[in-house]
Amino acid sequence: MADVILRNVSKRFGSVEAVRELSLAVNDGEFLVLLGPSGAGKTTTLRLITGLERPDAGSVMINGRDVTQDPPGSRDIAFVFQQYSLYPHLTVFDNLAFPLRSPARRVPEPVIRKRVEQTAELLHIAGKLNNRATRLSGGEMQRVAIGRALVRDPSIYLMDEPLSSLDAKLRAELRLELKRIQLEVGATILYVTHDQVEAMTMASRIGVVKDGRLLQVGTPREIYEAPSCSYVASRLGTPQINLLPASLMSDIPLPRGTQTVGIRTEHLQIAARNGGRLIGRVSRVEHLGEQNHVHLDYRGQMLVTLADPHQPLMSGQEVEMRLTNPLYFDAAGQRLDAML
Amino acid sequence: MTAAAAKSTAHSIVEASPRSRAVAGSLVILYAVITLLPMVWIVATAFKSQSDAIAYPPKVLFEPTLEGYVNLFTVRTRQTADFIAKLPPPSTWYDVIVRKHDMVIAGPSKVVPRFVNSLIIGFGSTFLAVFLGTLAAYAFSRFRIPLADDLLFFILSTRMMPPVAVAIPIYLMYRQLNLTDTRLGMILLYTAVNVSLAVWLLKGFIDEIPREYEEAALVDGYTRLQALRKVVLPQAVTGIAATAIFCLIFSWNEYAFAVLLTSGEAQTMPPFIPFIIGEGGQDWPAVAAATTLFVVPIVLFTVLLRKHLLRGITFGAVRK
Repeated sequence: MADVILRNVSKRFGSVEAVRELSLAVNDGEFLVLLGPSGAGKTTTLRLITGLERPDAGSVMINGRDVTQDPPGSRDIAFVFQQYSLYPHLTVFDNLAFPLRSPARRVPEPVIRKRVEQTAELLHIAGKLNNRATRLSGGEMQRVAIGRALVRDPSIYLMDEPLSSLDAKLRAELRLELKRIQLEVGATILYVTHDQVEAMTMASRIGVVKDGRLLQVGTPREIYEAPSCSYVASRLGTPQINLLPASLMSDIPLPRGTQTVGIRTEHLQIAARNGGRLIGRVSRVEHLGEQNHVHLDYRGQMLVTLADPHQPLMSGQEVEMRLTNPLYFDAAGQRLDAML
Repeated sequence: MTAAAAKSTAHSIVEASPRSRAVAGSLVILYAVITLLPMVWIVATAFKSQSDAIAYPPKVLFEPTLEGYVNLFTVRTRQTADFIAKLPPPSTWYDVIVRKHDMVIAGPSKVVPRFVNSLIIGFGSTFLAVFLGTLAAYAFSRFRIPLADDLLFFILSTRMMPPVAVAIPIYLMYRQLNLTDTRLGMILLYTAVNVSLAVWLLKGFIDEIPREYEEAALVDGYTRLQALRKVVLPQAVTGIAATAIFCLIFSWNEYAFAVLLTSGEAQTMPPFIPFIIGEGGQDWPAVAAATTLFVVPIVLFTVLLRKHLLRGITFGAVRK
C-alpha cells in the first residue's frame, strides 16, 4: 500500500479537454472518491493513473516513484472496470486467478489457489468458483470483478463506477461490503462515481470533479457543510440545494457581495404566518411516507424543503419561511463566509 | 385467438403457431432437397457404369459398381483378349473390374498428388490468411493508424477485380519469380486474395470485443501479445472460425488461377477433375467420384467448426 500523487495532469482528446491541470494526492489506506457527472474526466483520471492513457502534461507518482512513462503492467495497480471485466470464456476461479497468472508475476499455482479461495471467501462467492463467469447473477459478477482486483496486493485499487450497472438494492449491499473489505484489508482505494450516496457512505475523502477540474477535496462532512462553490453544494444533498438569487432576499441581512443564497432543506423551516418577512406559497406537497417534500413558490422561484408529514399543509397556502445558516455564494459561485 | 397468441401479446416476439411452424419446416425441407439433389446425383453417378452414367432418359435405379472409383485412381491400358487370357488370374477386386473391359492397370493415376496439392494449398493459404488477417484486424481495431479508412478500402479493393483482369500480370510476375506451378506460389496467391476478406470480417468481430478485456490484462501485467492470445483470441474464435471457412471454400474451389498457373507439380483438384478422360471422351463416373471426394474435406471442416459458428449467439458476460 502506498500513496498516489497527480501533479498538474492534463489530457485532451482532439478538441475535448478531458482533464485540466489536475492535482490530487491519495494517501495510504484512504478511500478517496471522485464524484462528478459523466464526462467530467473521472474515468480519464483513473486511466491516466493506470497508464492506459499518457498525460499531455504533468506527472503521476506512485509510492514516491515517477511512473508517468511506465506501461500499465509495471505500475502495481489493480483496476476494477465499470463493465466487461470478466472473461466469459473462463470459470470464476480462472477469472480470479488471471491477474496472478500474469507472466510478469510468476506466482506459484498453490499460492494462487490459496489467494483465490481467500478472496472468494471475503466476497461470499466461494461456492461459485467452478461456475462459468457467464452463469452468475449481476451482483455475483460484480463481486468477481472486484475480487479480480483484490487477489493482488497492489499499491492502489482504482475502481471505475463498479456498482453502477447494478440495481439499487444490490448497490446498497455491495456498498457496505466494499467499505467493510476496505477496512479489513486496509486498502488504498481511488473510487469514481456519479452517485452522491456512494461517495457520502464510503469515502474517507471526496473530490468533486467537473469539466476536467478538481473543484474541492475534503471529508464528506466538509464537502457537505462547507462546499467551496455553488456547484459542489449542488452535488450533495437530496433534495438538491435551493439556489436563490440574492436580489430576492433583500429583506434579510446578507454578506457583502452575495449573489446567490444556497438553502438546503435543513436551512429552511416553514411555519404558519406569524409576522415574518419571508413569505412563500405552497405549490405542491409530495408524500414520501416518513417525510414530505414541500415545493414552495417564493417570488416566482421554486424551493424544495422537507416537512413533517403531520404538519398540515395545503397547496396554495401561504407560509412563513425561516432560514438558519444558509450558504452564500458570490458572483463567481465561490462561497462567502457567513457574517458572525 | 389461441391461448398462446393471447399470452404473447405483451412481447414483441410472438410464438409461432403450429401451422406456421409446419409451413416454415416444409419450406426448409424443400430448400434442402433442392440444394442436396445435385450432390445426391453426383454421389450416385460415381457408382454408375459408363453407359448408365450417360443413359437417356437418366437412370435413377441402376446396378452400382466401383468402376468410377477404380478408373479415378488408376491408369489403364487396353490389351487384346489373348494377352489378358495369358495373364495369371486377377489378384485383387479392382483387377477383376478392369479386366472385364479388356484392360490392365498400368499404374496409379495423378489424383492422389492432386488431392494432396489441394489440401496443402487450401489449408496453407487459409491458415496464413487468417493468421495475418487476425493481426491486421486487431491493429485496425485497436490502434490509431494514420489513414486507417483509406488503407482498409485499399485492402478491400484488391478483391474487386475479377481474376481475369489480373491474370496476365500475375502470370508474368510468377514466371519471373519462378513461382508458376509451385505450391508456394499458389499458397501466396490465395493468401493475398483471402487476406482482404479476412481483415474485413475479423475487424468486425474484434470491434465487438470490448477493449476493457485487454486493458484489464494489461493492468494485470500481461503484454499486448499475451493479452491478445489469452483474452482476445478466445473470444474471437467464432469470427475466426467463420473467416477460416470462407477462406478455405474460396481457395479450395478456385479454378481460374489454378488453370492458369498450375499444370503439373502444383495442380489442384479443380483443374484436374474436368480432364479425367476415359475411352471415347469424359469418364463421367470417375469425374463424379473425384467430385465426391473433393467435397468431403469442406464438409468435415464445416462440421468441425460448427460448434464455434453457433456459439456466438449467447456470448458475453455482461448484463445490460
